[in-house]
Amino acid sequence: MNTQTILLVGVGGQGTILAGKLLAHAATSSGYDVKVSEIHGMSQRGGSVNTTVRFGDDVKSMVADPGYADVIVAFEAIEALRAQHLLAPHGRMIVNDERIVPVSVSIGIADMPTDIHDRLEDLGAVLIDAGQVARDIGSPRSTNVVLVGALSRTLEISEEAWQEAIREQVPAHTIDANLKAFESGRQAMGL
Amino acid sequence: MAVQLLSGNEAIAQAAWEAGCALGVGYPGTPSTETLENLVLKEDCHCEWSPNEKVALEVGIGASLGGLRSLVTMKHVGLNVAADPLMSVCNAGVNGGLVILAADDPSCHSSQNEQDSRVYADFARILCLDPSDSAEAYEYTREAFDLSERFDVPVMLHETMRIAHTKSLVELTGERTEVEPKDYVEDISKWVMMPAIAVQRRAAADKRTQELIAYAETSPLNRIEMRDSSLGIICAGAVYEHVREALPEASTLKLGITWPLAPELLKSFASQVDRCIVVEEASDYLSLRVKAYGIQLDSPDVSPLPIAGELSPARIRTAFGKEMPESIDVATDLPPRPPALCPGCPHRFVFTELKRMKAIVMGDIGCYTLGAVAPFRAVHSTIDMGASVSMAHGMELARASERASRPVVAVIGDSTFAHSGITSLLGTIYNAGTGTVLILDNRTTAMTGTQGNPVNGVTLSQQMTQKNPLDHPEGKAVDLIALCQAMGVEDLREVDAQNMKAVRTALSEATKNTSQLSVVIFKSPCQLIDRARGPIPEIVDCRACGQCIQIGCPAIYKDETGRAVIDSSQCVGCGQCAQTCPFGCIS
Repeated sequence: MNTQTILLVGVGGQGTILAGKLLAHAATSSGYDVKVSEIHGMSQRGGSVNTTVRFGDDVKSMVADPGYADVIVAFEAIEALRAQHLLAPHGRMIVNDERIVPVSVSIGIADMPTDIHDRLEDLGAVLIDAGQVARDIGSPRSTNVVLVGALSRTLEISEEAWQEAIREQVPAHTIDANLKAFESGRQAMGL
Repeated sequence: MAVQLLSGNEAIAQAAWEAGCALGVGYPGTPSTETLENLVLKEDCHCEWSPNEKVALEVGIGASLGGLRSLVTMKHVGLNVAADPLMSVCNAGVNGGLVILAADDPSCHSSQNEQDSRVYADFARILCLDPSDSAEAYEYTREAFDLSERFDVPVMLHETMRIAHTKSLVELTGERTEVEPKDYVEDISKWVMMPAIAVQRRAAADKRTQELIAYAETSPLNRIEMRDSSLGIICAGAVYEHVREALPEASTLKLGITWPLAPELLKSFASQVDRCIVVEEASDYLSLRVKAYGIQLDSPDVSPLPIAGELSPARIRTAFGKEMPESIDVATDLPPRPPALCPGCPHRFVFTELKRMKAIVMGDIGCYTLGAVAPFRAVHSTIDMGASVSMAHGMELARASERASRPVVAVIGDSTFAHSGITSLLGTIYNAGTGTVLILDNRTTAMTGTQGNPVNGVTLSQQMTQKNPLDHPEGKAVDLIALCQAMGVEDLREVDAQNMKAVRTALSEATKNTSQLSVVIFKSPCQLIDRARGPIPEIVDCRACGQCIQIGCPAIYKDETGRAVIDSSQCVGCGQCAQTCPFGCIS
């Protein structure tokens, strides 16, 4: 398979790193070559963050260039727009319908765009209220795994490989809640 | 044999352990930090944080002399601090294998500069290995210890952030080769760098260089891959992967050894291709040295490669005029979201108050460097570790405070103070400086991920295995008050950084005291290690004055009417906003 480029973008603390881990392990156990590039250090302190996962028969570079992302999963709506230039012409965008107000807006030196939904629609984005989905199933901290469930519908990785990755990577007492969140994310993507 | 998905740093830790490494020592610094944090979890390998990289390298040199295989880790700027021992141990050599990990950060993802550490390998004339993914990081690290002992040379293991923090598949043995510690052998003519001996050791090192070049000429770590012979690319590290992606038809000379270069190998490759080009990032390290061997280098077809910043396949495609996919324009109208002080951060009031006082602030390296961004803009210099204190003394000698009619203060964190602020403060005290030094003691090395340090006494092993190590530190925690007193500081205060009025009073008193040096220690734990959470405050009858917004907390913002709203998903209940409300509306 040609290399697939998946980009997970959000705000520091939203759980993009765990989501990247689940994807990487599901892809590895499916027999693909995998590279995962993360940002650590200063960039993590509440700023924009991204994790790039690339998988296929033989992955070379670990970075996502403009126009190469097959799927972008945005954990926050403004961050989806910030990553739009990376989307491939055929690429798909899955966006958590949530906004986290940046400090630059709070203190009055920048403005929120007023047309976020219109712009996401133009990009063909699928909007999911993953926070609400997670709350509905009683595990509000599994928003990231709901989004992983949605992502799973777009990739050639079996449902079993994803479930196995969840069992291996999340704390034992949260396995059931996360499997449920994953399933809910898959359903939300199908609607 | 097992195949695992490992970051470069995890692979290096695994390989060092398998190679019988018995000591890991370093100072935390992105992107090197996780190497020791992984190595410490393995058996029979003692690991510790040093106060700084110079100390770490000297500990590693001592352990090598004592017979152990030792790994010393640091980020690129840390190597500047460790340059002094490096430039002499390069001539002394080793007893047990000595490997120095230097982790570079092209594009400054989490650093104050961009520098190519391989220049130090050339400067010190030590072997430098340059892996291009985790599998090579694993292979080269195992090799590095053998090569260090075989050639009696400290070995630099060079990585960039894209190697350190990229996970890729590694096939590992999972078994440790037990290496007996070598006997200590007294040898003054090898280890005492006094002039007559140093001259002889330099001659020995030069002879060793010829042996290293002969090794590099035929080592499998350097690899010619012939494809289309019309274009040949010389490259190393992560750049090799970008080249393979952007120019899949090009022949490559992939250098796994980037010091010394192998002149005959370079010439042989250049003679087999029509055009020979070096592709490298943020540096001209390779191209200058290849040219020095008289090899004619060509240029990319369309435009030169960028001279600064990370490379990517797209930047290489652009330079070589390769087709790029269609892409949407970058959205340029979005509100920026740079890193910010966390909700509940104990540094926040120090910076809101310094801003209010219009202080000139000499800053340092750590989370508190974020005091330079809006809404604070209250850090006015950041140069290197420890510079806040010594630069503030220089500003005093320049009479900057009097001429600007603004107080000058130094702001430095606990770990940075231990790293190199103590000697700076000693200089101010010795020379009868009368400035103001603020030590922000948040009980941890926060920016790199809450590591132990000499001020909190938490050991590396404890940090990785215990839940609340600060409660019972296994190391000896230095008492900053006693230390400052012993050094001769008389105007000395300890203040609760979460109490806005106390912060204001302390800063006012310390800066008004212009007849002697004032030191204020703000002691409050970082919110990343202090998990105690208060109730989320309620806002009643908000007058929309905006005071609470101006503390720059990511958990509070204004609604359409200008009234303050708390984002309960981010709020930690610290109560900072309540202290700032002039009408008592937040409780």
